[in-house]
Amino acid sequence: MSERSSLSRLLLVVGMLIMAMAAGILGAHAGDVPLPAVPKATGGSCVAPPDVMRRSHMSMLQHGRDLSVRQGERVEGGRLTGCISCHAVSDGKGGAVTVSSPQHFCRACHDYAAVKVDCFECHASRPEQPAKATDAAPDAPASSYAALADYAREIAR
Amino acid sequence: MANIVYTECRGGQRFWMIFASLLVFVAIGGASALYMEHFGHIVTGMSNEIVWGLPHVFAVFLIVVASGVLNIASLGSVFGEMPYKPKARLSGVLAIAFLIGGLAILVLDLGRPDRLTVAMTNYNFRSIFAWNVLLYSGFIAVVGAYLVVQMTRAWQKYTPAVGLLAFLWRLTLTTGTGSIFGFLMARSPYGSAVLAPLFIAMSLAYGLAVFILIRLALENSASKGLGEELLQRLMRLLVIFVGSVAYFSGVFHFTSIYTAWRTDWEAYLLLDGGLYTLLFWGAYVLLGTIVPMAMVYGRKGVSRRVEILASTLVLLGGIAHVYVIIIGGQAYPLNLFPGYEVTSGFNDGVVASYVPTLPELGLGLGGTALALVLTMVAMRVFRLLPMGEVAADAS
Amino acid sequence: MTDRSQSFGCGCGCGSKPETVDAGRRGFLAGAVATGATVLAPGVTLFAYGTDPAEAATGADPKKRWGLLIDVSKCADGCTACVTACQTENGWKTTGRPATDPQWIRKVTLRDPKSGATRSAPVMCQHCAAPPCVDVCPTGASFKRADGIVLVDRHRCIGCRYCMMACPYKARSFVHEPLEDQKPHAPRGLGTVEGCTLCVHRVDKGEAPACVEACAGAGGAILFGDIADPKSEISKVIATYATMQIRGDLGVDPGVRYRNL
Repeated sequence: MSERSSLSRLLLVVGMLIMAMAAGILGAHAGDVPLPAVPKATGGSCVAPPDVMRRSHMSMLQHGRDLSVRQGERVEGGRLTGCISCHAVSDGKGGAVTVSSPQHFCRACHDYAAVKVDCFECHASRPEQPAKATDAAPDAPASSYAALADYAREIAR
Repeated sequence: MANIVYTECRGGQRFWMIFASLLVFVAIGGASALYMEHFGHIVTGMSNEIVWGLPHVFAVFLIVVASGVLNIASLGSVFGEMPYKPKARLSGVLAIAFLIGGLAILVLDLGRPDRLTVAMTNYNFRSIFAWNVLLYSGFIAVVGAYLVVQMTRAWQKYTPAVGLLAFLWRLTLTTGTGSIFGFLMARSPYGSAVLAPLFIAMSLAYGLAVFILIRLALENSASKGLGEELLQRLMRLLVIFVGSVAYFSGVFHFTSIYTAWRTDWEAYLLLDGGLYTLLFWGAYVLLGTIVPMAMVYGRKGVSRRVEILASTLVLLGGIAHVYVIIIGGQAYPLNLFPGYEVTSGFNDGVVASYVPTLPELGLGLGGTALALVLTMVAMRVFRLLPMGEVAADAS
Repeated sequence: MTDRSQSFGCGCGCGSKPETVDAGRRGFLAGAVATGATVLAPGVTLFAYGTDPAEAATGADPKKRWGLLIDVSKCADGCTACVTACQTENGWKTTGRPATDPQWIRKVTLRDPKSGATRSAPVMCQHCAAPPCVDVCPTGASFKRADGIVLVDRHRCIGCRYCMMACPYKARSFVHEPLEDQKPHAPRGLGTVEGCTLCVHRVDKGEAPACVEACAGAGGAILFGDIADPKSEISKVIATYATMQIRGDLGVDPGVRYRNL
C-alpha cells in the first residue's frame, strides 16, 4: 500500500463527506417550509423572555415537573396549567383547540422543528372546558361531557 | 488435543429460504409491536388482571433458554470437559441471540416502549427488575467478550477466566429472572425462594434441548456433525436436567399444598383450573417430563428421531410450564380479605380469563425469529462451526 | 520498506512512535478541558439547582403522613358516591369492561361464607409505608412522597406493569386506550400505570380528597387526616377504637385503616 494512494483515498472520502454535507445544507432551503406563525398568548408576560423560553423551556419544564411531582412543591409560574391557560388558542366556538389541531400553540414551532411533543399523551393540552353538553370540542365525544355534567350535578346536591 | 479449525456456514439454498421465512416472522413481530403501541394494549388480551401475557411467556422462555444454552460452552471452559470445547462458539452466539430476541419482545410490549432510554438511565436499585435490565445487557457484553477471547488466538489463554465470569453471570441472571416472580410476596402462586433455583434448572434443561435441536439441524447442512458418543451424553444430560426441573417444581408445589394459605391456589392449579390444569399435567408433566425421560433413560443409544422428538417435547413442556407459571399465576385472584368471599366491580375474587390475541402471538414469534435470524447471520459471517471434530473426539 | 514515521499509530507494529507525537497534544487537550470545566461548572450547577430561595419553602412535609380511616358500618351497600366523585375529580370513567377499564377506587362487597353476613367497603391505593410497588418499579416511577402519598411519576413510567403484579391490593390499573381531554390537575395517559393519588392536587391546597368530601355528604364513612400527628382527629379515633389494615400480615403498613370491617 503506497502513501500516495492512501492519501488520495483519504481525500476522496473527505471530499464526499463535504459534498454530502453541502447537499444537505443547500437542500434545507429548497423546501420552502414557512417559518412558524406563533399564536399570540393572552395574559401578562411569560415567566421568561421569548428567546430564553425558546431555548430552555424543556429544561425548565423538566425541572418544574420534578419539583412538583417528586417534592410536591407547586411553584407559581412553574405550573403547566398556567402555561396552557395563557397560551390557549381559541377554536372559534368559545373553547380552545387541543394539540390534535395544527393551530395549537406548541404545534406551531414543534411541527416546524419536527420534534414530537410527548407531554400531551398525559397532560390536557387546553384549559379545562366547562361541562356543558352543547359545548363539545370537535374532536371530543359529546356524550362524555353530558356524563360529566350529570355526575357534577349528582354530587353537588 | 487436535487443533480445531472453525468455518463459517457456506449458505446455500436451504439456508436462504429459512432465512427469508424467518425475516417474514420478524416483520410480523415488528408490525404487531407497532399495532400494539399505536392502539394501546386494548387490542391485546392482556388486562388489569393478566398484566403479563403471551409475549412475556415467549420472552421469559427465550431468556431462560439463552442462559441455559451457554451451559455447553461452560462445560468446556469452566468444567474442563474437552469434548464440548468445539461447541463453545456456537453456544455463546446462541446465548446472545436468544437473549436479544427475548429482550426485544419485552421492550416492545412495554406500555411506553419509546421510553427505553428512560429505563436505561433511571434505575431503582431496590427493584430486581432493574437489576435484571443490567444483568441482561451485561450478559451480552460478557458473552461477547467470551467469544472474542475464544476467537482471538493471542487471547485464548484468558478463555477459562472469562468463561467462569460468563458462567457466574448467567447463574446470577437466571436467579434474577426467577426472583422477578419469587419476590412477589403478596401472591400465592409466587413469592417463594425456590423459584430462583427452579428457573436455573429450567434454563439447563431447555437450553440444552434448544442446543441439541439446532446442532441436529446444522448437521444435515454442515459437513461435520456432532460426534455420536457426545450426542448420547447430551441426551442423558437432558434427562438429568429435566428431572431437576421436576424436582424443584415438585418441592415448590408440595410445600405450597402444605402451606394453608396457598392450598386454594394449588387446588385450583392441580385440580380445577381448566386450561392451566391441562397444560400443567398434560403438557408439562406428561409430555414434557415423563415421556422424554422414558424415551431416553436407560437406553444404550437413541436414534436421531428419538433425539429430535424428546428435545422438542421438552421444549413444548417448557413453554407450557412457563405459561402456567406466568399466566396461571396471574389468573388466580388476589386474596385481600382472607376467609371472606369478595365481589366488586373490578373483578375481585374471580379467576381472570385470558385469551391471547394475534398481535401477541405475532410479537412472540417475531422475537423467536429474531433470535434465529441473528444466529444465522452470525453463522454466515463468523467462524463458529467446528471442523476436524472427529480428531478432537477421538483424543 | 517505505518510511512510516509520518503515519499515525495504527496498531500494526509498523514502527511509528505515537508517544512523542501525542504527548504535547494530550497535554493541550487536558489543559483545555480543565479550563473549560472550571469556567462552566458554576453556571451549570446554578442552572441545575435553581436560584429561587422561595422554592425551598413549600412542598411535601416529611413530618406528615396522610391517611384515611373508613368506618365500614357507615358504608351503605349500594352507595358509590366516593367512586363517582373520584371519577369526576380525576377524569376517569368505566365503560362496563372491568378488565381494561381504569380503576382508582372501587366498592368491594365481603360475604362471610359461614354466617352469610355481608359488608361493603371502598378499596383504593392503601398508600403503604413500605410499598411493594415502589420496591419493584425498575425506573423509580412508582415512588412514595415525603408525606406518605404513593404516586406514579408518569414521566418515568415505562408501562412494564410490574407494580400491578406486586400490589397486594390490586390498587393500580393500566391505561389500555388512548385518552383525550384529561383533567389538567390529573394528567393520565396511554401506556402508563395509574392509581389513587389521594387527590394530591387537593391535599397540597389544604383540601381533602374528593371521595372524602363526597362521602361526608352521603354516609360520613371516610375520615382523612395526618396519622403522624397524634392530635389530629383521625389519630384520636385510631387510638380510641379498634381499626385494622387490609392484609396487615404482609407488613407493608398501609396508610388506610378500616373500622368495623
